[in-house]
Amino acid sequence: MTVWKDRLFLSVVYILLAGLVVSVIFPLLYVISVSLTPYSEVLKQGGFLVFPRHVTLAAYKAFLRDGLIPHAYGVTVFITVVGTFVNLVLTSLMAYPLTKKYLPGRNAFLLLIVFTTLFGGGMIPTYLIVKETGLLDTVWAMIVPGAVGSFNLLVMKAFFENLPESLDEAARIDGAGETGILLRIVLPLSMPIMATIGLFYAVGHWNEYFAAIIYVSDRKLHPLQVMLQGILRAGQSPEMNIEETMPTISLQMAAVVLTALPIVVIYPFIQKHFTKGVLLGSVKG
Amino acid sequence: MEKTIAEAKAPNLGTRWRRNAWRYRALYLMMIPGLLYYAIYVYGPMYGAVIAFKDYNVTKGIFGSPWADPWYRYFKMYLDSPYAWQTLRNTLLISLYKLVWGMPPGIILAIMLNEVKHKFFKRFVQTVSYLPHFLSMVIIYGLVVALLSQTDGLVNQWIKALTGESVPFLTSTDWFRTILVSTGIWQNIGWSAIIYLAAFSSIDPSLYEAARCDGAGRRRMIWHITLPGIRSVILLLLVLRLGHVLDAGFEQIYIMYNVHVYPVADIIDTWVFRVGLVDMNFSLATAVGLFKTLIGVVLIVGANRLAKRWEGSIW
Repeated sequence: MTVWKDRLFLSVVYILLAGLVVSVIFPLLYVISVSLTPYSEVLKQGGFLVFPRHVTLAAYKAFLRDGLIPHAYGVTVFITVVGTFVNLVLTSLMAYPLTKKYLPGRNAFLLLIVFTTLFGGGMIPTYLIVKETGLLDTVWAMIVPGAVGSFNLLVMKAFFENLPESLDEAARIDGAGETGILLRIVLPLSMPIMATIGLFYAVGHWNEYFAAIIYVSDRKLHPLQVMLQGILRAGQSPEMNIEETMPTISLQMAAVVLTALPIVVIYPFIQKHFTKGVLLGSVKG
Repeated sequence: MEKTIAEAKAPNLGTRWRRNAWRYRALYLMMIPGLLYYAIYVYGPMYGAVIAFKDYNVTKGIFGSPWADPWYRYFKMYLDSPYAWQTLRNTLLISLYKLVWGMPPGIILAIMLNEVKHKFFKRFVQTVSYLPHFLSMVIIYGLVVALLSQTDGLVNQWIKALTGESVPFLTSTDWFRTILVSTGIWQNIGWSAIIYLAAFSSIDPSLYEAARCDGAGRRRMIWHITLPGIRSVILLLLVLRLGHVLDAGFEQIYIMYNVHVYPVADIIDTWVFRVGLVDMNFSLATAVGLFKTLIGVVLIVGANRLAKRWEGSIW
C-alpha cells in the first residue's frame, strides 16, 4: 500500500522537477530563437517558436557593424578582469594580517570592518565621495568604490585561520618574512577559496549595472548591462532614443543573448565553486 | 595581585606598543591599500551623510555647506510629503510579498530534491535551477520583455489569439508586483534550496530507518522528520530576512519599473535615487537614505539578537 503511494508521490516529484527545469530553459531557448528569426516572421507566427523555421543572423550582424555592443563588451571585460584582480589583491592583503592574533589593533580593525556590514553612508554620500576623488565618468568608478567586500574579507580570513599553524612556524624558522609566508605558503594553499571568492567578485563585475548608472554618464564607458538596458527600454518607451530607429524584438533578444552567453556557457564548469562558497559563508558568517 | 601587574605594565605601554607596531610593520604595510579603501570609500560616505543635516551646496561641498534650520528639516520634508507613505508602504509590501512567496518554493524544492535517488538527475536539476541566480537583472528583464511585452511578448500573443486583447503586464499597476515577486522566485528558487539541502545532512538517518520499520510512507517521513529537522534553519533565515525588510531590491525595481507603475513600485531606494541623482536634491535624498539605514540597523541588530538566542539549537 505504502509502496504504491510512494511510487505515485515520487513520480509527482519527478514531474515537478522536470517542470522546473523546463521553466528555466524554455525562456532562454525562446530568446535565442527570437533573436535568430526575422522580425516579420515573429509577428506572423502568432508566437510559438521554440525552433525558428527561417534562421537569420541579421540581428547579430547589425550589432557587430554598429560597434556599440563590441565596445561595451570591451568595457565589461576590462572591469571584470582588472576589477577582480584588484578585489583579490586588496582582500587577501587585508585578510592575512587580520588572522594574526598578536597584531596590535587587530580587534579594532575587525570591529570597524564588521560595522560596515551593518551601516553605510548611503547612495548619495558615496556618490559625492566618488565625485570628490575624481572617479566620476571613468572606468575606475566601477572598480574602486567596491574594491573590498566586507563579507568576502571575513570569509577569506576564516579560511586563512584554518590553515595548519605548523606550516607558518616552519617557514618562520627557515627565515621567511610575513610577505614570504603569504605569497609562498598561505596563498598557494588557499586556491580553493581564492577561486570561489574570485568567481563571486567576477560575476558581480560582469553583471555590474548599479555603479555604472550612478557614476558613469559617458556612453563610451557604459558596460554591457547598461547598454542592454538601453536597448530593451528603447522598445518599451518610444520617448527615449528618438534619433535612433526602434530596435525590434529580434534585435533586443540578440542583445540579451550576447550579454547572457558568456555566463551561461562558462557556468556549468564553475558551478561547484559557487555552491561551496555559499555554504562556507553561511557557516562562518 | 592582578592590579599590581597592570600598574607595573602601565608606564611603558606606549613604547611597547610602538615597538610592536615597528616589529609588525610588514603586516601593517599589507593592510594599507585596504585600509585606505575603507577610510575613503566606506567611512568617507558615513561622514558625508552629515549633509542630511545641512543645506548641501555643490560649490561649498560637504564641509562648507551651512547647517539646515531646523536640523531635521529634510527628515520633516520627507515625512510630510505624500511620498513618505507611498514609498514606505511599497517597500514593506514588496519586501513582505517576496518573503512570504519566496521562501516556501526553496524549501519545497529542497525537499523534492532530497527525495530523488538518481544522483545524475538530482545534480542536473540543481545545476539548471541555480543558473538564473547568476544572470543579471537586466537579462531577466530581457526575458520578461520577451514573454510579457504588450506588443511582441509570447504570453501576450497567446492571450491575443484567445481573447483578441492584450494585457499590459509591464505598465499595469495590477500586475507589476506580481511580476517582481515571480521573477524573484524564478531567479532564486534553486539557490535558496542549497542551504536547506545542507541542513538535511544533519538529520539523523536512523530516524528514517525507524520510521520505515513502523511502516511510514515518504510523505509521512517528510512531514514528521525532514521538515522538523530543518525547522530551526527556516526560522533563522526568516528572522535574518526580516532584518532586511527595508531592502526591497533596488536594482530589480529600478530596471523594471516605469512612470505608469510608480504608485505600486516606487520604494524608498528608487525614490532616493531620483530625488538625489536626477533632481539633484542631495540633502533630502541623503536624509531619507539615512532614515532608512537607521531603521534598518535597528531591525538587523534585533534580528541577529533573536537568531543568536536560537543558535545553540541550530548548529
